[in-house]
Amino acid sequence: MTPEFWWGTLRALIIIAFVLVGVPPVIWWERRLLSWMQDRVGPNRVGPWGLLQPIADGVKLFFKEEVMPAAVDKFVYWLAPAIALFPAFVIGATLVWGPNPMLTPVADVDIGILWVLAISSLGVYGIVLGGWASNNKYSLLGGLRSTAQLVSYELAMGVALYSVLLVTGSLKMTEVVARQQAPLYDVLPWAQNWFILTPYGFGAGVIFLICMIAETNRAPFDLPEAESELIAGFHTEYSSMKFAVFFMGEYAVMAMFGAIFTDLFLGGWSPLPLNWDYLSAQASAAHLGWLSSALSFIGGAWMAPVWFIGKVFFLLTVYIWIRATLPRLRYDQLMNVGWKFLLPFAALNFVLTAVWMLFGWLAFGIAAAVVAAGYLMVVGFVLRPRAFKDAAKVHLVDVQANTAQTIEVQR
Amino acid sequence: MPESTFMPSTETRFEKIGENTLVVNMGPQHPSTHGVLRVVLELEGETIVNLDVQIGYLHTGMEKEAEYQQYLKCVTMTDRMDYLSANNNNLAHALAVEKLLQIEIPPRGQALRVILAELSRIASHCVWLGTHALDLGAMTPFFWIFAEREKILDMFEMFSGVRMMPSWIVPGGLRGDMPEGFEQALRTFLKQFPSALSDVEALLVTNPIWIGRTRNIGKLTTDQCYALGLSGPIIRGSGEPWDLRKSNPYSGYEKYDFQIPVGQNGDVYDRFLVRLAEMRESVKILQQAIDGLPGGAWSSSDRKVVPPPREELDSSMESLIHHFKLWTEGFHTPVGEAYAAVEGPKGELGWYIVSDGTNTPYRWHVRPSSFMNLQALKPMCIGHLIADVVAIIGSIDIVLGEIDR
Repeated sequence: MTPEFWWGTLRALIIIAFVLVGVPPVIWWERRLLSWMQDRVGPNRVGPWGLLQPIADGVKLFFKEEVMPAAVDKFVYWLAPAIALFPAFVIGATLVWGPNPMLTPVADVDIGILWVLAISSLGVYGIVLGGWASNNKYSLLGGLRSTAQLVSYELAMGVALYSVLLVTGSLKMTEVVARQQAPLYDVLPWAQNWFILTPYGFGAGVIFLICMIAETNRAPFDLPEAESELIAGFHTEYSSMKFAVFFMGEYAVMAMFGAIFTDLFLGGWSPLPLNWDYLSAQASAAHLGWLSSALSFIGGAWMAPVWFIGKVFFLLTVYIWIRATLPRLRYDQLMNVGWKFLLPFAALNFVLTAVWMLFGWLAFGIAAAVVAAGYLMVVGFVLRPRAFKDAAKVHLVDVQANTAQTIEVQR
Repeated sequence: MPESTFMPSTETRFEKIGENTLVVNMGPQHPSTHGVLRVVLELEGETIVNLDVQIGYLHTGMEKEAEYQQYLKCVTMTDRMDYLSANNNNLAHALAVEKLLQIEIPPRGQALRVILAELSRIASHCVWLGTHALDLGAMTPFFWIFAEREKILDMFEMFSGVRMMPSWIVPGGLRGDMPEGFEQALRTFLKQFPSALSDVEALLVTNPIWIGRTRNIGKLTTDQCYALGLSGPIIRGSGEPWDLRKSNPYSGYEKYDFQIPVGQNGDVYDRFLVRLAEMRESVKILQQAIDGLPGGAWSSSDRKVVPPPREELDSSMESLIHHFKLWTEGFHTPVGEAYAAVEGPKGELGWYIVSDGTNTPYRWHVRPSSFMNLQALKPMCIGHLIADVVAIIGSIDIVLGEIDR
């Protein structure tokens, strides 16, 4: 038992604890924020501000009767929730949540991003198998939808990440984060090169954000459960703790994808896209010792997890905000968006990133302008008017009231 | 697995068309069938190849029950049919009975009836808008628009103490005059409702996902509408300006200035827009009605139908007799039959009453708009996806209480 082993175990436990402890607040925050957006109060009875509500729900689910339909495939039925929760724990293995190399990430492997993509695809097996094993037609349809959704979005997600990889030149998560701590556009020394601030990174980030919402089966891509169509989709037949495990898995994967997005596009643990070391050095050069130490504290290792969790929290808020705003897409429309919109744009973004790398920002600007013009031509003049033609058009007709009505009684 | 553990199979409902089809039972316990509608779907993938609508899960036998009740007591049953717009039901029933009795309602009573009916229309459309959006996955409009509906229900409560089933419009007029504070509440409501509606519209009307979900779904031509006997926002969505408030005005609707919104394509989106525009037209009508509210009596002065006011009972023997007779025996209608219809929120809502001269109806038949409109479900759905069925049911705007009666 080397110290290496103990450190590795500790790191893994921290991630698992993060997931397990993080889920109830996420659920609480979703319910509360959604309530505020919808002019209602939300759960506020259990504990201060209702903070213990998810715990109470968990206890309730734990003691609920387990109802298993008669004709289920028992082994797969038991296995499915476990498979759904599993990726949430494992996906965090390559996450970087602070600068301390002893604590994070759990495994600083060369294939960090590949690992994330590989593991996140596993989650769908839980849904498909759950839908299949339940022996319920609605569940089956939910499971099938989930498969189609995964195929449509996994690809665009991977291609969107090409840009990040191209710039970084590595699949290592630590490298990706380190690359984002370089000066912005490699020019501005006081700012950090967060990928979301670069044009190519912004494109990739938006595509990744859409894909990760689809990947986690959240509104407006919550087709596998679509409560108004498929009742509850894949988990219709699950009750008690098995349902709770599916539920936890969904929220845990949400949080994990938020963390991945933070690492890949939002500069990891830095609080703002500012180069804290540089600013601190400037401050000490200006004989402002207290400012210098304050700046290095803000950007330092101790505060890193706080900023990191703050960013994840922000992304979860975005998830909830989107859920409160948008209606659900239809099955075929969802695949259209994935194949006809996200995938070509991700590929285009990849090409533009290469242009930026090779010829610099001017060539990128010209190329991007050409692409934008082309996009406007296609979408603005061809697709959009067709979609919005006659939209919001109702004629108000003046009809002369027929005043010559008589009361007739047949006798 | 023994077969006996399953419910009777839905598979036997159809001669299955193909090898690869799947028969799915939607309802009667389903979140989007708006009550207890049951739809049996035959699917190929998620595409609907055949569909069968089953009703009757909410049958209450109200039409038969009415044959044993005096006319005044029938009123409470009308509320419970289309429970989302009870006042329109009351009004249609009252009009039919009044047609039998050949009595006229004074102008104030008519205007108050219009106010109640139009408020009911808005309340019903609010429920429709919220649930329709919820069916398509948009949660927020539901809560926002239901807050508006609450205000309308509060106003109904001012009238009768009951929020959903006021029973305030009765044969012969109203049960009472406009209560204190109602006018102020109504004016406040009319002032803020259009902007509240705009908030909800901003979430949906130009939302590309919403348009994608509703455009070109469940199309109906005007001819199909006529063939199926559809009415209300559905036929107006298909481009036919058919509205009983214009074509056969009742309760003085001819005096109000309002327009009929009509759509072009006859799809779910057009019906959605038509209903939204109708709410704004209702606001216009309400504004005119409250501004020009005439004074005077609110009920007919026919003492054979409408009980005399309390003061008269102390001084007039005749009034006392009328009062006693009305509350024990009820009134008798002349022998004959009458049909009266109103433009309910969901379409033509009519009452057909046959009288044999006694104090109870001989036949008390309802022409419910939802029942007729539901017939369009099959032609609209075939070829679309499961998710569209939900959108189409929402756009028909059914109330099962009215369908099953």
